[in-house]
Amino acid sequence: MTYDAILVGGGHNALVAAAYLARAGRKTLVLERRPLVGGAAVTEEVFPGFKFSVFSYVVSLLRPEIIRDLDLPRHGLQILPLESTVVPLDNGDYLGSWADPDLSRRELARHSARDAEAATLFGRLMHHMAMAVKPILGMVPPDPASLAPSDLRGLLSLGGHFRSLGSERFHALHKLMTMSSADYLDEWFEFDPLKATKSASGIIGTFLGPRSPGSAYVLLHHYMGEIDGAFRAWGFQKGGTGAISETIARAARSFGAEIRTGAAVEKVLTKGGRVTGVALGSGEEIAAPVVVSGLDPRRTFLELVDPKELPGELVDAIGKFKFRGSSGKVNLALSELPNFTCLPGFGPHLRGAMSISPSMDYLERAYDDAKYGEFSRNPYMDIVIPSLIDPGMAPPGKHVMSVFVQYAPYALNGGWTDAKREAFGDAVVDTIARYAPNIKSAILGRQVLVPPDIERITGLSEGNIFAGELALHQLFFFRPAPGWARYRTPVKGYWQCGAGTHPGGGIMGASGRLAALEILKEAGA
Amino acid sequence: MLRTTPFHPRTAPLVQGQAWRRWAGYSVASAYELVHDREYAAVRNAAALFDVSPLHKYLISGRDAARLLDRMVTRDLTKCAVGQVMYTPWCDARGKVVDDGTISRLSDRVFRLTSAEPNLRWLSMNGAGMEVAIEEVSERLGALALQGPLSRTILQQLTPADLGALKYFRFIETTLRDIPVAISRTGYTGDLGYEIWVDAARAVPLWDALVEAGMPYGITPAGIWALDLARIEAGLVMLDVDYHSAHHALIEAQTSSPLELSLDWTVSWTKGPFNGQRPLRAEKARGPAWRFVGLAVDWGSLEGLYGEVGLPPQLPTVAWRTSTPVYKDGRQIGYASSGCWSPLLKQYLALAHLQAPHFGAGTSVEMEVTVEHRRRRARATVHAGPFFDPERKRT
Ligand SMILES: Cc1cc2nc3c(=O)[nH]c(=O)nc-3n(C[C@H](O)[C@H](O)[C@H](O)COP(=O)(O)OP(=O)(O)OC[C@H]3O[C@@H](n4cnc5c(N)ncnc54)[C@H](O)[C@@H]3O)c2cc1C
Repeated sequence: MTYDAILVGGGHNALVAAAYLARAGRKTLVLERRPLVGGAAVTEEVFPGFKFSVFSYVVSLLRPEIIRDLDLPRHGLQILPLESTVVPLDNGDYLGSWADPDLSRRELARHSARDAEAATLFGRLMHHMAMAVKPILGMVPPDPASLAPSDLRGLLSLGGHFRSLGSERFHALHKLMTMSSADYLDEWFEFDPLKATKSASGIIGTFLGPRSPGSAYVLLHHYMGEIDGAFRAWGFQKGGTGAISETIARAARSFGAEIRTGAAVEKVLTKGGRVTGVALGSGEEIAAPVVVSGLDPRRTFLELVDPKELPGELVDAIGKFKFRGSSGKVNLALSELPNFTCLPGFGPHLRGAMSISPSMDYLERAYDDAKYGEFSRNPYMDIVIPSLIDPGMAPPGKHVMSVFVQYAPYALNGGWTDAKREAFGDAVVDTIARYAPNIKSAILGRQVLVPPDIERITGLSEGNIFAGELALHQLFFFRPAPGWARYRTPVKGYWQCGAGTHPGGGIMGASGRLAALEILKEAGA
Repeated sequence: MLRTTPFHPRTAPLVQGQAWRRWAGYSVASAYELVHDREYAAVRNAAALFDVSPLHKYLISGRDAARLLDRMVTRDLTKCAVGQVMYTPWCDARGKVVDDGTISRLSDRVFRLTSAEPNLRWLSMNGAGMEVAIEEVSERLGALALQGPLSRTILQQLTPADLGALKYFRFIETTLRDIPVAISRTGYTGDLGYEIWVDAARAVPLWDALVEAGMPYGITPAGIWALDLARIEAGLVMLDVDYHSAHHALIEAQTSSPLELSLDWTVSWTKGPFNGQRPLRAEKARGPAWRFVGLAVDWGSLEGLYGEVGLPPQLPTVAWRTSTPVYKDGRQIGYASSGCWSPLLKQYLALAHLQAPHFGAGTSVEMEVTVEHRRRRARATVHAGPFFDPERKRT
């Protein structure tokens, strides 16, 4: 059997790339090490009857053009609404944000009438910022150091695009790119828990605190999903995020792609600076003129190929590429729903996110622990209960709770041990119990995942959820390294398509799509 | 005052935004929650509970009951077995649709007919001289529709009947937690679903039983806005929205034949005489001048139109019901009568009446869209049949 293209890894980006390649008539093979595809987007029955989106849990950035091009709704994409965010406060009150704008405004006005008004204008500005950045998500990064016509054209159109923003918006964008989320939000709002909750989305997946410069930009990613809001592509995938991966896999297969699980690639084979195929852990070799790595940059450049084949600067740049996983995940099987003291009993808040971000200081202290090599004793958490939205996730009347936690540094003082993992799990549960005291007695099963677990299971280096931090110096034409942001590598026929390439992490699929389109363009198809 | 349905004591406290809608002289919820996304999602994800009591309902009994109905409607009612339900339109003498609804055969000589409009007079006129009794039971009978992939699981908790054995468009008389009901495997969503018919006096306990048993399965009371999205995805025609009853039409052009509504499958060409038979045969021979089809609006085209004014596409969250011109090569060839953004299919859909010869599946047309107060045209493709038709509906 010969193939036109082999994809290494069956993460959602590689599956997207495979689907586009197969759709263009390429004989395509996906090789996934694990027994299931999806990487960081997988659903597993961790405890009998209880299914979890083990790692990533909400969909917000999946590109609409991919949904359309691959006809994903016909293959099983079904995104269910996740409508609210409620933040329990330390004084027993709460701050809620609901699907209905009037309700949200009135709720915020309860805490600060000024902020309630500012929120409208802030939302409009962020809409404009997201609109300004959106075209970039669909763009192959030009290389500013190159004089190739395509790069120059790319740079020109980028320059033109920014000029078209007008100076006010350009300045706002500049602030967003350079400031800390705390400072940026301070310019707009006064109610501290609001700022804390908004800034939390700026620290996700990074080793930054809310007062670290550069954290404001990640805020924008949050709003990016919102401009596509009418498209209703924000929320829970039915069956968990693994069902998204399976949906994309079904689309890829419908175009003729072949997908093999339990097939770990050991090496990418090259000859005279050209890719020739891959060698599996089993010793099997498969030939193909195109090999695309869906793994993160460290594995793509330093493990799958011999770094000796690569230019020294690139090896150096990849060596400096920052991973520094800082997030953990705790998955709980529950016998009953949590009962939050701020909103007792059953209510619509349980169908949305519960954010443990009561104050800016709370977040900053959580970060302080991590800065000095400890996990946060009182961590930031984003909590959802998917079984309330998608009853199939748990046995009737029982529930699954997904807790995304920050910070859990990869490089913990003295290293992670089983005991420390459990201590981290205890810290998470103890913190939740402060707001929902019945949680401890409701727990039927608990899965605790810290960065080394994420690394071991998904292959994401240092457990970084975005395959490399979404920091400004690691974005766009820097992702993953200057000169190599256009999905190519110095080895002819060897390509990269994972979240470590532009536009980066999250269940977005954009890296996979852009890579496939570049491959097809190069082949002149 | 508008009338309220027998479920009103339960539904009224749930309506958060006072979003009520008129339906056949009753008020029913447009939406229970302030944003109806969840109500719609329940139809495709779990189970949505609709109050459909305002439907007109008639009991038709007697030796000639079958004969009366068979003469009135376009389907062959002599083939309707006891326990079967048939969806059918009925026409006037010119072969133009008066109304559409379902007919359930309760026994050899007893049928129940549901309709959107009052039909008592029409039934009596058609039954003149026959041995038949016609009784309106609209108020006596409450009706709920439980629609969605988990509807069977929920109902099965409450009834001794084997719902796995209940086929599509069949019904049974049974009990739901001791409440006598008829359950039909029917609905207006194009999904797995059931309609439950109950004595109005037992309506409230029935609602309570369903909600209690359905809780662990995500049962969600849902209003007409959610229903409207689902029925457009299912490509189901709606009286007074997509077409007008021949009895209300002021001019010939306002009438539609079953063939023009793409309901050919409901017209039997082999049955005995029925209202409109002759003109329908003639129409079949020459081919209908209109067809009722789906339109899928091209996203790129929409994005382009909105992009010109610096906006992302603005999509409707509620289905619209405004007649909207459809063009081909610059000439108007028809009109869309309802449309919506499908949250499930991620497509902008419309249902439209198109003139021959432009209604073939795959035909590229243009639909008017209003972009920032200006009339523009977006590309769209003709689609035949339902946009969404899951296997679970039938199996
Ligand atoms: C805990 C956590 C929570 C997150 N939450 C969210 C969220 O809520 N929303 C969101 O949008 N994003 C979230 N993310 C981020 C998002 O899931 C990832 O950025 C994204 O899934 C990465 O996709 P990918 O295809 O690039 O790579 P991956 O998903 O990492 O896929 C790589 C694949 O390659 C396989 N592989 C590795 N080595 C080999 C080999 N040698 N041979 C063959 N196969 C190999 C792996 O098994 C894996 O399947 C989260 C991530 C984590 C870890």
